[in-house]
Amino acid sequence: MQKYEFYWRRLHSLLGVIPVGLFLVFHLSLNFTATGGAETYDSATGVMDYIPGWLLLTIEWIVIYIPILFHGLYGIYIAFTATPNNKRFSTFRNWMFLLQRITGVFLVIFIAWHMFQTRIQKALGNAEVSFDMMKNIVDNPWMLAFYIVGILSATLHLSNGLWAFCVSWGITQSPHSQKVFSWLSMIFFVIISIIGVSAILAFV
Amino acid sequence: MSTQQVESGKTVRFKILRQDNPNGPSRWEEFEVPYRPGMNVISALMYIRQNPVTADGKETTPVTWDMNCLEEVCGACSMVINGRPRQSCSALVDQLEQPIRLEPMKTFPVVRDLQVDRSRMFNALKKVKAWIPIDGSYDLGEGPRMPERKRQWAYELSKCMTCGVCFEACPNVSEKSNFIGPAPLSQVRLFNTHPTGAMNKDERLDAIMGEGGLANCGNSQNCVAACPKGIPLTTSIASLNRATTVHMFRKFFGSDHMVD
Repeated sequence: MQKYEFYWRRLHSLLGVIPVGLFLVFHLSLNFTATGGAETYDSATGVMDYIPGWLLLTIEWIVIYIPILFHGLYGIYIAFTATPNNKRFSTFRNWMFLLQRITGVFLVIFIAWHMFQTRIQKALGNAEVSFDMMKNIVDNPWMLAFYIVGILSATLHLSNGLWAFCVSWGITQSPHSQKVFSWLSMIFFVIISIIGVSAILAFV
Repeated sequence: MSTQQVESGKTVRFKILRQDNPNGPSRWEEFEVPYRPGMNVISALMYIRQNPVTADGKETTPVTWDMNCLEEVCGACSMVINGRPRQSCSALVDQLEQPIRLEPMKTFPVVRDLQVDRSRMFNALKKVKAWIPIDGSYDLGEGPRMPERKRQWAYELSKCMTCGVCFEACPNVSEKSNFIGPAPLSQVRLFNTHPTGAMNKDERLDAIMGEGGLANCGNSQNCVAACPKGIPLTTSIASLNRATTVHMFRKFFGSDHMVD
């Protein structure tokens, strides 16, 4: 296992972008349809029902659950082998280093809860995933706050993760290109956060 | 020390983190050292060694630390001064806030007081073959010429003195992680750039693609901010990231010609 550490880390970096990052963008975009009202949202998410159940479940496992489980669990290992020293080195990149780890650990908790509250309840036959389901969840102001923090953690983790991906695979090498990509990743963070947060607020 | 300077009566206050043996407990001790113009941290440590008495008059043992060149090229005297890892020879008292806090670079095993064991770094240099093999069983002749501009650029990377400051600054280097650290990685770029060194570049890339290798970098970029020699460590790491990406695919998909 340790012998292949390099490849595990590269896989961790790749899976964070493809498919997990792509899925997040898709997921938040689909949620954004909620800003058009309950009907728009239900008809947009209803498209999923056209896919046969066995096929949807296979896709879910291969494209979402397995990659996110690996990324999350291996990420926890990475996060807890770090020794943050932000008091002594208070640079932007060092803060992003710490935030990447904090948001990552929080996201494992958030996503586990989110899955339990929505997908698992559907699988158990306790509830139907719909506009009303989310409306009931975010009726509780604490739950709304929890979801907003979760969404912002996810968007920050992805935005900074894209920057780190570019460095880790040797795409951005020069300090200048890394700086430009820092700005681009932050612009991406703002845009995708607006999409994500306005979507959750549409359920209120 | 001339009488005039002693009579000025000005003193410098030091707080030093002491530790008697490798696994022993640590404690802070304060010292008061007579001020001399232009003094550095080492000259103050030398004074304490001559007069091992704490600020409140208690006799103690002389403080242990490493030093060698005294001109910031050997890297031996690195320690954490007022929270920042740096060389104590080039740390001028006039430029430091008092009391001046001295701590060992705890990312390495502490031997005693401010003295640390930097073996981890030297072992890493061995692991990545941070040298250029020039010996053969016959006369290998001259190596390929290095372009002058490339030599000038490589000279910057060669300034690394394995002082360990980047290890201390890196949040991913610690006793609980096996990360090889920034300095040895940059040496891989240096020796893989050299025309003769490049003849073994696949071996060095393989070495950093093992356990605790290149991919364990977390991009906090503290190393480049802390390096006393201004070595572009993060550029070296990013450049090696690309080199290993190519190497990885070549190893899997490519033929058996691993060097060029």
